[in-house]
Amino acid sequence: MARAAVPGRLTGRLAWRAARLVDVAVQTPAAHSLTFEVPGWPGHRAGQHVDVRLTADDGYTAQRSYSLSAPAAGSHVEITVQRVDDGEVSPYLVDGLEVGESIEIRGPVGGWFLWRPADPQPVLLVGGGSGIAPLMAMVRERRRTGSHVPFRLIYSVRAPDDALFADELRHPTSADGGLDVSWIHTRVAPAGDPRPPGRITLAELAAHGWPADFTPSCFVCGPTGFVEFVADALVTLGHDPDVIRTERFGPTGG
Amino acid sequence: MARFSPRFGGRRRSEAEGLPPGQYLTRDFPVLSAGPTPRIPLDRWEFWIRTETGVEHRWTWPELTGLPAETPTVDLHCVTKWSKLQTTWSGVPMEDLLSTVESTAEFAMVHSYGGYTTNVPVADLLDGKAWIVHTYDGKDLTPEHGGPARLLVPHLYLWKSAKWVRGIELMTRDEPGFWESVGYHNYGDPWREQRYQGD
Repeated sequence: MARAAVPGRLTGRLAWRAARLVDVAVQTPAAHSLTFEVPGWPGHRAGQHVDVRLTADDGYTAQRSYSLSAPAAGSHVEITVQRVDDGEVSPYLVDGLEVGESIEIRGPVGGWFLWRPADPQPVLLVGGGSGIAPLMAMVRERRRTGSHVPFRLIYSVRAPDDALFADELRHPTSADGGLDVSWIHTRVAPAGDPRPPGRITLAELAAHGWPADFTPSCFVCGPTGFVEFVADALVTLGHDPDVIRTERFGPTGG
Repeated sequence: MARFSPRFGGRRRSEAEGLPPGQYLTRDFPVLSAGPTPRIPLDRWEFWIRTETGVEHRWTWPELTGLPAETPTVDLHCVTKWSKLQTTWSGVPMEDLLSTVESTAEFAMVHSYGGYTTNVPVADLLDGKAWIVHTYDGKDLTPEHGGPARLLVPHLYLWKSAKWVRGIELMTRDEPGFWESVGYHNYGDPWREQRYQGD
């Protein structure tokens, strides 16, 4: 692992900012993409995350981190939140907060799990479940900037209905040319899919990813077991550990 | 009406009592790392301390694990907001290792197999505040949690407790490590909520 370059922001305290919910996109019954208007937002890079703070009437606060799932559009930022049933913050964000109401956000945070449009290497994205969120920011950043860097995305979900960003990934536009999407269904496969349901395999990573001698940048995000397996498999396939960047998602009380 | 997060009640306020600000309690043990998990065969494993004058002290696996161990029970606080209480580890106090070394350096860079680094003041490695641990909860430390051995410096955010620890470089001048050079706080005291630069 090389020392990372350049922080993603200027120095100085990351201030909490008012963030007003302006749009909700229902990805699945349990996962919503929330767009906030955050006056003064400094911009961010694909792959970064934010801290969210909720405050109760008596001053009690709860904080969590969420990946940004889209590039910044002016003062608009999008996070994608999967409800953790016994969680504290995610049920409020998915079910409680209404359009027009505000929370607090600070960021952007994170200077390692980043894709920059100026990076010329091909990119392999491997996402599991809601771990697609920061990878989606990369896919969208590629589209936004008109990048021709070839992207391969392998997205593992339990069942077709569990896929986040399903329309966008199943029906790419011409601006997504050069983006290949491969689907892995672990429990329920779509009708007619010749692949039986099951976890991703080393052979599938080899088939749907890039050869190691293309020296792709690899971004892996999902639950711990998924990330451990995929990152190990990529090393086995000959990828330099230095080009494999990981982020682990998992219900830790969200 | 509240200015922010109207109708937010907070389900876990009793659990949050006694935790550093902004943290919540978890009972499982999340894994965080920036890349693949390195796997280091024990016959090739070594731990070193290099002083500011370039003198290097080395311990093989049998040498390190043969040293008297302590079994601290400590709370862990991760900058990603989770805290885990009352975790039990075994390992060698950093003080015992540093006491064999001639140095007046005030800063340390911790190096890991896999290339990770993190900086810690030497004072924070002394006085029973830090260990090189090889056992978690009575069992060998697993690779995803930093095995065969990691630094444990639980009074700082957990990214300072470098997994897969390989060596400690003593320095007369402070330098940022891996996360510290991309926007995370240089010191990382959870009780002062020093998450990011400027906190």
